[in-house]
Order: sequence, then structure tokens, then C-alpha cells
Amino acid sequence: MNLSRKWLNEFVKIDAPDREFAEAMTLSGSKVETTEDLGAEISNVVVGRIVSMDKHPNSDHMWVCGLDVGRDEPVQIVTGAWNVHVGDLVPVALHRSTLPGGKKIEKGNLRGVKSNGMLCSLRELGLDERDFPYAVITAAALLNDYHPIDPEKPSIPADIAPGAKIYGPVVAARVTDCAPNPDGTFTLTLEPAATAVTPCQNVHAGDMVAHNTKTNTVCTLSDLRAEQREFPHCIEDGIFVLREPCAPGDDIKPVINADDSVVEFEITPNRPDCLSVIGLAREVAATFDKPLTLHEPAVRGGGPGVLTDLLSVETRDPDLCPRYTARMVRNVKIAPSPKWMRERLRSMGVRPINNIVDITNYVMLEYGQPMHAFDYRYVQGGKIVVRRASEGEELTTLDGQVHTLNANHLVIADDTRAVGLAGIMGGLNSEIVADTADVVFESANFDGTCIRKGALALGMRTEASAKFEKGLDVMNTLPAVNRACELVELLRAGEVLDGVIDVQNRMPEPYKMTLEPEKINALLGTDVPESEMVRILRKLDFQVDGRTVTVPSFRGDVRRMADLAEEVARFYGYNNIPVTLMRGQTTEGGYNDAQKLENKLGALARECGYDEIITYSFISPSAYDKILWAPEDPRRQSFKILNPLGEDTSIMRTTSLPSILDILARNNNFRNKNVKLYELGRVYLPGGEDGLADERRVLTLGAYGDDMDFYAMKGAVETILRGIRARDVEFVPCADNPSYHPGRCAKVTNGDAVLGVVGQIHPLCAKNYGLDAVYAAELDFSALLASRGPDPEYRPLPRYPSVARDLAIVADKSVTVGQIERCIRENGGKYLRGVALFDIYEGPGVPEGKRSTAYSLTLRADDGTLTDDHADETVKAILAALHEKLGAVIR
Amino acid sequence: MREQLAKIREDALARLAAVRDSGELEELRVRYLGKKGELTAVLKQMGGLPAEERPKMGQLANEVRADIEAKLAEAKREVEEKAMELRLRAEAVDVTVPGKTVDIGHRHPMYVALDEMKEIFIGMGFMVVDGPEIELGELNFDRLNAEPGHPSRDWSDTFYFDKDERVMLRSQTSPMQVRAMDSLPLPIRMVAPGRVYRKDEVDATHSPMFHQVEGMVIDKGVTMADLKGTLNTVVEQLYGKGTKTRFRPHHFPFTEPSCEMDVQCHKCGGVGCPTCKGEGWIELLGAGMIHPRVLEMAGIDPNVWSGWAFGFGLERTAMRRFKIDDLRLIFENDVRFLEQF
Repeated sequence: MNLSRKWLNEFVKIDAPDREFAEAMTLSGSKVETTEDLGAEISNVVVGRIVSMDKHPNSDHMWVCGLDVGRDEPVQIVTGAWNVHVGDLVPVALHRSTLPGGKKIEKGNLRGVKSNGMLCSLRELGLDERDFPYAVITAAALLNDYHPIDPEKPSIPADIAPGAKIYGPVVAARVTDCAPNPDGTFTLTLEPAATAVTPCQNVHAGDMVAHNTKTNTVCTLSDLRAEQREFPHCIEDGIFVLREPCAPGDDIKPVINADDSVVEFEITPNRPDCLSVIGLAREVAATFDKPLTLHEPAVRGGGPGVLTDLLSVETRDPDLCPRYTARMVRNVKIAPSPKWMRERLRSMGVRPINNIVDITNYVMLEYGQPMHAFDYRYVQGGKIVVRRASEGEELTTLDGQVHTLNANHLVIADDTRAVGLAGIMGGLNSEIVADTADVVFESANFDGTCIRKGALALGMRTEASAKFEKGLDVMNTLPAVNRACELVELLRAGEVLDGVIDVQNRMPEPYKMTLEPEKINALLGTDVPESEMVRILRKLDFQVDGRTVTVPSFRGDVRRMADLAEEVARFYGYNNIPVTLMRGQTTEGGYNDAQKLENKLGALARECGYDEIITYSFISPSAYDKILWAPEDPRRQSFKILNPLGEDTSIMRTTSLPSILDILARNNNFRNKNVKLYELGRVYLPGGEDGLADERRVLTLGAYGDDMDFYAMKGAVETILRGIRARDVEFVPCADNPSYHPGRCAKVTNGDAVLGVVGQIHPLCAKNYGLDAVYAAELDFSALLASRGPDPEYRPLPRYPSVARDLAIVADKSVTVGQIERCIRENGGKYLRGVALFDIYEGPGVPEGKRSTAYSLTLRADDGTLTDDHADETVKAILAALHEKLGAVIR
Repeated sequence: MREQLAKIREDALARLAAVRDSGELEELRVRYLGKKGELTAVLKQMGGLPAEERPKMGQLANEVRADIEAKLAEAKREVEEKAMELRLRAEAVDVTVPGKTVDIGHRHPMYVALDEMKEIFIGMGFMVVDGPEIELGELNFDRLNAEPGHPSRDWSDTFYFDKDERVMLRSQTSPMQVRAMDSLPLPIRMVAPGRVYRKDEVDATHSPMFHQVEGMVIDKGVTMADLKGTLNTVVEQLYGKGTKTRFRPHHFPFTEPSCEMDVQCHKCGGVGCPTCKGEGWIELLGAGMIHPRVLEMAGIDPNVWSGWAFGFGLERTAMRRFKIDDLRLIFENDVRFLEQF
């Protein structure tokens, strides 16, 4: 919401500088986003009166002007513009002045003549013709500026004499006198003898013009069908000649409304009342403790006819239209609205159109009540019907868009057809046009949800619909329509009929509540006296009678003690509320077991050299293809977002693998070497409670690089599992996980529980990510949580030395190291303390199809030094078992 | 014999003084003190001396032996010292050669910031809770007092899984307030960090997925002054003692009164600069006293219990903490970025 401070000052006078104003408003709850000082870039620009004009001695198109700028002596300024005359009031940028766009003006020499500044055009002041419609420049075709396209064949001879015929009734004429008229035109005395009135501002005594003797007008370029280049200086641009009440020496800023600041507020959705100048003025007055001067609209009325004979209103869906208020204006004269109104609209970012439309916009800004004006002649049957649209009904709105409607849309209709989309936009078929004679002003209240849904469905959120959807004050429709009629009378734009049509379907009861100062203070932790609370509430138009508070109709957001507390706190000052530490019962904070494990797993992964990543929870459905899941794989069953940002982020992942592979691929593209990553993130499986997801956490590791192979990844997994004291972990060959290399993948188990998977990514899958050898592990968090071993308990250190025995055995290749190790452990008797693989060998010396593995066994007795005999017995038992169970023999 | 002993002593001491290494030293020890050494040889002549001479000679011989032994010990020490010195010199390394690195991984900077935050709240007796990201619209909106037409419910803002808007991706961590009220015994002090989702295109300051940290206290007699005090303490721990804060009125459906908390711009000290967009303050978080309606919907009597809650964006906090200027870096996970933290 933008607010012009000049407009604001009409209701409450505030002198505070912009920054101080913004700070105070922000702290009382109306957050200021930005403040734009409209004249910030303009300095040292004043009004000047042209007292003399002479042709520049060294130029064929420049003028040397003397300007009265309120000083003792005129100031000399050179200009190239031809639209100025002696006596004109113009904006003068003096020596060392600044203009919008960071432009700086200094004195200087123009072809040897001193120029002590610059005369300004509209654009140089940051304005355009919409701000000052009278500043449109019309240029006559001056024959003394004629430059033939082909110098050999001029259409007009260079020495053309007054009275020479140009074509038809058009003759050359010399201007002997040029006298300005009050309406901006000029009366020219011509030779051959004639007197003509022209709007063209570029004519001066001495100029030669093309005079149409039939119409007695001076020809423009288009009259002569001439091209601009033929008359290079006869252009529709020039100096802004002021017609404002001002005097030489005046600062230009008030003259062009650049002495205003526009403050942009962020208005929270609970305060639609602040989407208006009056609403904000109320907050400003309360913030600065200044009186608020509100104005009661007064309408004289008396227009011809009886309102109720001309117009009736029917609301077929009273729920969707709590109130419909309308008045009529006849004999309307459509014209531009006055400067002050245009300036205010422009400062708030609204484009002026014509007096009637501008009035509706003005009232909407001032009162926060959206208004609409219909052309009465298109309201067939003199009847306005507020109804749901019929299925398929078509309506073209003011912006030219054609909409096909349905019963969810509320329309304003006449007897036969829709003439507007209620609360959103008017219809083109009843638009106010130049010859509109009779106007109906609508000031209604519509159901917010209905308007919001309608606007959303049609994709046209307008200023009006944005207001309605927040829920407006039903009581505001009447003052607003009266204000509009008052403005019509003020602008002499038409004759207002007596009376108001006011359909009241749902009028709110005044809301009363009890002021509970103790409770308010208890909630805020303050000690604000009741009298102060009352004072604050009254400033905001709450009526307080004893302890009964009547909430103003525009404050639908205030219903409970906490709401009153906020009002009190806002103006008592949030920053005046004391700062205390919590008392009360102490609570047990801290991490639970799962959170401790989360921290632990992260720390372990980092100790293994893995960097933590954070990836999106949503992925593309094609990610499942990339990790080679079969089309019918049930794990593809994902939560699907109905309104995703895009296909790439449209489903909730059921696996974290594609996410980490994406990041690995990205790092590979960045040419990062030896990348190791982990994420402790969620996957979202169907089948949770309440139709929600079963959100499982997964620790995912992924890596590529020179130092990576299957065993490096497995080593990291083992380190992590050791770190959380998982016991009985086994790595079981796994050839059926489609994302992994069938010969380099293991399922990680813990008893019956599957902790996850570790392995090399399938080469085809790696290729899908542009990667070569890449390794990953996926471990289920809850399974890890369940697999944790107990906290360690001290075991006495061995008192007797241990004996080491090395053992090399040969077995079929199909016998895994895991099988051999388990066999050794199971048959190691009471002396075996440790088994460590130290060599794997295939090749000469070992039969084809066999493999040699070598282990270092640690043997020890707890009750004495182990004898060789005992050690030998143990080794013998192990070898026997290896032979019997796995067909392995000693090498 | 006396002369012999004197000579041996003189000889031995002189040779020992010039000894260079442990081999020479051992040679001299054997030569003078060994079983077949010179001193022994002299002593063997003792038998030929007159009886009265023997004790004198014996004493003299012992003195000579003691002198040589003392000198031997001294020489040994010197030789060893010299040897050690040589060894140390030979073993000297270029200490400026880089050490052997142990590659440890890095915590993601956003979680570094989160960990700091969690520690602060845990120190104040808060527990850390988490909950589902695929959430019921009822908990994300209705139970938080967001009316049916509330703009945050728009399909242009929030991700839904069904037409009825029953199941959605939570757009805030605030449903954790409701879940905590429904499941935890009173009083409650909790923080709930987690992922949230909004329909924003990715740019330098937006992401469809980001993180919030929710916090909530419910107890008897909790006041807005407590809210200010607690949050001020947190900010001082995060940004240093004496960090200035201010509270501004704001609006959230589930708190009343509501506020936003700003910290004074660290760059300009409140004067106004590009970092704070000229305001002198940087918005940190939203907070407020829990709306009585929200308590009632959870079956908590607002006449007995009161509470406050806050929520803030973790990305922005982490970005400020580490001066990261583009949100996309957070989710890009380039190791050259990750390994800076």
C-alpha cells in the first residue's frame, strides 16, 4: 500500500522527516518498506519568466533568453526549444542544479554565448503529458525551417514570398505579430493581411508559415504531409510552459507536486482497513499522538429524476453480497479530473483516466472501499442484479479479456446479461466512455472467499479483489458512495440524484467485549495502567465505556483479550515491554537417543573423510529409471505433488541414491577429484499414519576417486558400524540390487535385520550420471538405531602373553573369506582371540579354481601362559573344521 | 712401581682425554683396567714388595684405578653426547614441509549454524523434536488458526498431494507446535528444526525447499517479556554480548500479539547500509504469544497456560553467519564450498 504524505496530511498533520516517520510507523505495526521522496533528485530548479528572446548570433535554431528568476538581474540562458515566448513561465534549472536521473546542470558556453542553466521539458523533470495534459506541444511547419530532402528539387522555394501559393488554399504568410491567449493559443497577425488563431507554440513574429486561407489555420507538418526531417526543428517537444499559479523565483517542486514523499507500507492480511489513506491516517495519528481530522461527505443532490424510478437492485445470493449500495449521477460531463486529483492518484501509483473513473479510484484509495461506475444506458431495464453466473456465461472485462464463467463466479448483471465481475472488474459493455451521460456508482460488500476464488480461477487478481478477499468493513459502503457523489459535485462532473439504494443483507452487530487490564498485563509482562490502555484504544476508535469495549466495525481482527493486548502493546511500545527470563518449572532438555545417534553417525562419516550434503526431498520420476529400477518396481510408489514447480521436483523420493548421485555428478562436472559425500536425509514411503508418509531416515554415503574401491567404501561402513558398536554385522553378497554392480555389492545385515547396502554403483547406472567408478552405501537409520550395541564395560587386560599362529589355506574360489573367517571363529575353541586376514593369493602354486587365503591367529589363555601343545591343538581343530565344512586344506 | 703407577695414570688420563668414539674408549678401558690390562699387570708385582710397602702401594694403585675409572666415565659421557649431537643433526627435517594430512569430512555449514542454535536452546532446558514433512493440512493451517481463505493455502504457494488439500508438504515448521501440544506433557519447551516447502522458484534468495527452526514454550504465567528476554539471550549467544535487538508488531494467525525481531546491522551499527537495505536493522525471526484459539484447539486452557513461539529461516541465519551470498550454494553441495567450513 502506497501513501502520499501530502494526502495523509489532509487527515493528520505530521512534520517528521521521512526516516523518522518510517521508523515510528514500523514500530507501531505498519511496516514501511520504502519511502520515495518524489523531489529527491530535483534541486535548485525554480520558476522563471522569459523577459527577452533573441536569435543566437551563431546558430540558426537557438534562442538566447533572458529570465526573471526573482533576482535583481535577469539570467541569460540559451535554449534550442522553439515553443517558448516572452512572458512564459518555465522551469529553470539554475547553475549547479540537479534533475531526475542524476543529471547535473552547470553554466557554460553554447557556441560562444553564456548560458547560466537550462530550461526544462516535462521529461527532464521526470514527468509526462499525463501529469500535465495541457503541456502537449503542437508544432506548426515553419517555412523558414524547411530543409528539402533533395536540395535540387525543393517543394517550397527557399525564397518564397508572403502570399505565394503552396497548394490549393494554402499560401505562405509571414507572421508580423504573435500574441498569446489565456487558453494557451496564439493569435497571429499575418502578411498577406490576415488574423489566425493557432495552438502551435513554435511560432514567433518573423516566422514564415503555411496559412490555409480556407480554414484560416496555420499548417502543421501533417497538414502538409511533410516529413519531420524536412522541418527538423518543428518538433512536438520543447520546454514545459507552466500554467500553474506560481511566480518567478518559486521552487519548482510544489508546482509540479515533487514536494511529496510516497511511503510504501507492508500491510498484514489482518488489517484490510489499513489499505486506505484514512485507515493509515488513523494509525499515524495514534502513533504520533496527533488529532485525526475525518471528513463527513456532504452531498447536495437534487439531480433530475427519482432514483428508485430509474434503478432497482436485486441480490439473489444474499450470503455472497452482505450489502449493496448505489447512487446515480446524471448529465455527466466526462473530462480529465483536476490536477490535484491526478497528482494524488499518480503518487499512489494509479493512472488518471477521466473524472468519473478517477473519482472511483480516488475513493477506493481514500476509504479502502472498491467502487465501480457503470454507464446507465447499458444497464438494461434499469435493474442491477447481483447473482451467480450461469454455466458458460461469457463476459468481456474492461481489460478486453473474454471470460467464460460458471456458478462459482459472482456477477453484476442487468435484466439480461452480466455487466461486471463482482468485486473483480467491470464489464466492457458498461464502461464509462467519452459520451457517457448517466452513471451508477456501486459501492458494495462481497464475500471475501467467493471473490478470492473467482479471481484465482480467472487468474485476475485486481486491486479491488485483493481488498475484498481480506474481508472489508460492511459499514464503509455508504460513506464511500457519498464521498464519490460529493467529489462529482466538487468537480462539477454531473448532477447527483437524491437518495441511496442500500440493500442490507447482513449488517454486523457492533462487537462488544470486556477490557481485562490485569490479564493484558499478565500476558505482556507489563504494568500498563488501565487509563493508558483506554487512552490507546480510544485513539484507535474503540469505544470504551467502563470496562466495555466496542470494537469499531473495520477491526474484524479484534475479538479477544489477546487482540486487545496487541493493540495496547503496539502503542505502549513493544520495545518498552520489559525483558525477563522465564520462571516456572524447569524442563528436561537435551537430545534423545535417536538424536544422539544422528550426531554420532554424522561425526563418524566425517571422520571417514565424508563431507555432508543437503539435497532436495523431491526428485524427478525419471530418477528411478536412472538408477535402473524396473518399471514395475514397487519402490517407485511415491507421494506425487499435484502442483509441482516442475517435473524435476514432482515426487517425494523413496530412495536417497539418485540425490547423492546427482551431487557426485555435479562435483565431477566441476572437476573435483576424490569426492566423498554423506547425507542423513529422509525418504518418503507410502503407508504412514493418517495417510501421511512413512518418513524414514537414511544415511547415504557416496564417493568416487583414485582412493576409492569397494573395500574403501566398505571400510567406511565398517568404521561407522564399529563406531556405534553394532554387533554381529555381516556383509552378504547381493547380486540382485539393480542399482549396484552385481559382483560388488553386499547387503549389510545384523542378525535378521537388514541395515542396508554397500557397493559399487552399476556401470550402466554410473553412466547415466556421467560417472565412471562410483561407490555408495545406504543405511537405514532406524535399523542402525536398533543395532547399536550397549555401552562398553571394562574387561581386564590380559595377564598372560598371547601366541601368534599364521595359517595359509587353499579353498575353492567360491568359498568366501567371510565363510572361512566364521568357520575359524566357530572352531577356535576357548583360546582363539583374534583372526586377521593378511593375504589373498591366486596364481602359480595354487591350483586352478582355488584361492589361497592367509590369516594371523591370536591365541591366548586367561589362566596361564598358553603352551605350544594347546596352541597346536587349537590350530588343528580349526584346520579340521575348515576341511570338513569348506573343503579347505593347509597350503 | 710407584713410578709405573704414576706413568699408567698419566698415560691413561692423557689418552682418555683425546678419545673420539666409543670403540677407542673400550680399547682404552681394556688396556688399562682389563684383566690383562696394565694396571693389573702392575698389581701382580705387589707380591714382590716388602710387607710394609704393600698397603701404601695398594692404596696408590686403588687411587690410580679410581682416577682412570672417573676419567673413563667422563669420557664416555662426552662421547655419547657428541654421538647424540651428530645423530640429532643428521636427523633434522625441514619442518616447513607439510604434515601428513588426515582427511576428515566437513559438516554442512547450515547444520553448523543449526548445531550452535540447538546447543543454546538445550542449555536453556529445551528439547529438540521433529516430525513429518508430509503433513496434514489440518495441522499446517486449521489448527494454527489460518482461516480457510488464508493466502498461504493457495496452490500457487503450497504443494499438495490431493485435491482436498488434506495432505501437503508442510509450508512451515509451525505444525510442530500443534504436534508438541498434542503429544508432550505440559510445561513444554521445545525447538523443532526441519525442512519446509513453498512454491518458490530457485534464485539467490529462494528455494522450494528450505529449513526453519520452530520454538515454543508453554507454561503457567509465561509473558511477552519472557519471550523478549529469552530471544535476546539467544541472540547474544549467537551474535555476541551486547547485540542490539528490537521488536516490531507483526501478524501471524497463530500468535497474538505477534512480533518480528530485528538485530542491529553488524555492518553499519544501525546507521543504514546496503547490507541492511538502509534500515539499520536486519529481520531475524517472527514470534509471538501463542494465540488462545490455538491453545484451545489443543485442549489447553488459555486461562491457565500461556506460551510463546518463534520461527526463523535457517538458511538466512547460516548465510549471515558465514557471509554466504547465494542460497543456491547451500543446495549445490560443491565440495569446494563444503570444505570451507
